[in-house]
Amino acid sequence: MSESASKPPLLTVRQLDCERDERQLFSSLDLDIYPGDLLQLEGPNGAGKTSLLRVLAGLLPASSGEVFWQGEPVKQVSDDYYRSLVFIGHLAGIKPELTPLENLRWYAALEGFTQEEDLEKALVGVGLSGFEDQPCHQLSAGQKRRVALARLLFTQRPLWLLDEPFTALDKEGVAAMEALLVAHVADGGAIILTSHHALENLPGLKKLRLGKLAGDNHE
Amino acid sequence: MNKTAATFCRLKAKKSNLPSQGSVFLAALAREGRLQVRRRGDLLNPLVFFALVVVLFPLGISPTEEILAPVAPGVLWVAALLAVLMSLDALFRPDLMDGSLEQQQLSGYSLAALAMAKLAVHWLLTSLPLILLSPFLGIMLYLPWEAQGVLLLSLLLGSLALSLVGGIGAALTAGLGKSGVLMTLLVLPFYIPVLIFGTGAMQTAISGGNALPHLALLGALAALALTLAPWAIAAGLRITLSGE
Amino acid sequence: MWKWLTTLYHRLASPKWFYQISGLWLPWFAVVSLLFIGAGLIWGLAYAPMDYQQGNSFRIIYVHVPAAFLAQSIYVMMALAGVVLLVWKIKMADVVAQSLAPVGASMTFIALVTGAIWGVPTWGTWWMWDARLTSMLILFFLYLGVIALREALKPQDTAAKACALMAIVGVINIPIIKYSVDWWYTLHQPATFTLTEKPAMPASMWVPLLLMVIGFYAFLGWSLLLRARAEVLRREHKSGWVKDLLQRK
Repeated sequence: MSESASKPPLLTVRQLDCERDERQLFSSLDLDIYPGDLLQLEGPNGAGKTSLLRVLAGLLPASSGEVFWQGEPVKQVSDDYYRSLVFIGHLAGIKPELTPLENLRWYAALEGFTQEEDLEKALVGVGLSGFEDQPCHQLSAGQKRRVALARLLFTQRPLWLLDEPFTALDKEGVAAMEALLVAHVADGGAIILTSHHALENLPGLKKLRLGKLAGDNHE
Repeated sequence: MNKTAATFCRLKAKKSNLPSQGSVFLAALAREGRLQVRRRGDLLNPLVFFALVVVLFPLGISPTEEILAPVAPGVLWVAALLAVLMSLDALFRPDLMDGSLEQQQLSGYSLAALAMAKLAVHWLLTSLPLILLSPFLGIMLYLPWEAQGVLLLSLLLGSLALSLVGGIGAALTAGLGKSGVLMTLLVLPFYIPVLIFGTGAMQTAISGGNALPHLALLGALAALALTLAPWAIAAGLRITLSGE
Repeated sequence: MWKWLTTLYHRLASPKWFYQISGLWLPWFAVVSLLFIGAGLIWGLAYAPMDYQQGNSFRIIYVHVPAAFLAQSIYVMMALAGVVLLVWKIKMADVVAQSLAPVGASMTFIALVTGAIWGVPTWGTWWMWDARLTSMLILFFLYLGVIALREALKPQDTAAKACALMAIVGVINIPIIKYSVDWWYTLHQPATFTLTEKPAMPASMWVPLLLMVIGFYAFLGWSLLLRARAEVLRREHKSGWVKDLLQRK
């Protein structure tokens, strides 16, 4: 974090506790995410990786503690915060009745991209050329995943929260995706992700282990 | 199939300013319209349900005009109300299941407005056809001619309140695999005032009175639902999302 | 003042504090409810004068009216608890709401059954679409809806917030439902006897009624505390103080 210490953190987490179904997932979690950070959440199944991402995205209420966006409590700047983050969960948010292009158009509209050719380029970029006009229910799981990930090619939002983004991707897709992650943090973005893939060779990767040691074993 | 290698290269896309709430609402309307039109089968089912329930009454009571005509307003209203309620059951569930709903909450735009876009399209594609079908079913029940106009108007105003209030139940039960009966139990008590004023308007019209006050009351209910329900629906959706 | 409020907030939010303090209140509610209900019943059933129109059958109001009172006010309390839960995120409010719902539903049921029984000598039928009884029946469905919603939803936090929202929506709707049912009733039925509208009651009639109402409210407090205490123990069974408590016994 030395090179980014001069800049203020994008996301700050203080004393975050999360409890689900009477089970303590993590407690007193402190976290600072700076521009350029790429953080992988680790831990066994049920350690609370997904829950942490959902708490950070505001989908799941934390039992206690607070999350700050650029120094302001997220609850007070929620619109700003949400317009600064992309969350891709294990549900892709892709409508099976719509085509990849129609699905993408909605996410593009939320960010002010209206050029159809840009969207087509994004679909080509994720290897879906020729599938633009097929309803998504005809696509394979990996292809649907690619439709969801296509957003990442044009989004200007700095903070990415990605829950198992490599699921259902083939080898080539994983490699290309890794390159995209590296490019995003190089541009000054920040990423928090969970993955069962070994991402060791990504430059600047940091890890946070959840589970029994939660809260006292992160960098 | 022409397979191109995925590069996942970042695009230098042309970006206009951050869209306004209004333009996002319009985009949501367009998306919802496309989506609901693609599910054509789901659009037809409430209409068939409405017609079938109405047909059950002559079969179950009596086909004679003396018996059917007096109960026609109630039968038409109850059947329409149930059809609207049934059609709302799956309003938010698919969105919850495929992750679209959480993306809507994370969009940075009002969840209430996005839910309203959905409900508006749903009303247009489900309730409106239902209303347009009702005069034909009215004829089959010997509904007096002078009540036909009031039937249309009362359903038009009443269905707004029905959709909005039903949306609250749909939001709260979206997380349940099957919720038909629970949703009915939650929402039907709230439909009672709409039913009372809706049938009241028709009965007044049949007996030669002025149905306007009742229609005004229905309008007031719709206005009240329009001011409060979006908030409650958004709250319900957030609650449902927090349980996923 | 502010400090006092924040202390109150933390205390109210603390299940342990609630458990301890409610243990002290419990006997008082029990004594008051037994005393008032006992006195009210004996006075109302044995000593109050007969109604000049309805004879002895009017005496059922000594159960019907307090039950109907509670049925309505419990729903409002449930909605208030819902507001406290959704706005201030005090989880104890949900314990209260959860404990209130079955009591409210039973009171509504009692009011309905006593109303029906009273209908036999008065109207000559077990059920009459009387405006008040109909509203009470709808209220009963509202209670069942909230209870069913809690049963259906998981996890507990989600169910709690959903029930809170449902109770709030319900409390906004109840006046509308009541008004519409009254309006419907006058449209369809000529006014007949209603159970509770009485021309000036003599004191010997209304004093026992007042005793019964107070007794019923004390009973509500009693059963609410009992239920809430059990629920607190269930929800907190993993925390230290509950384990200590269980070991001591």
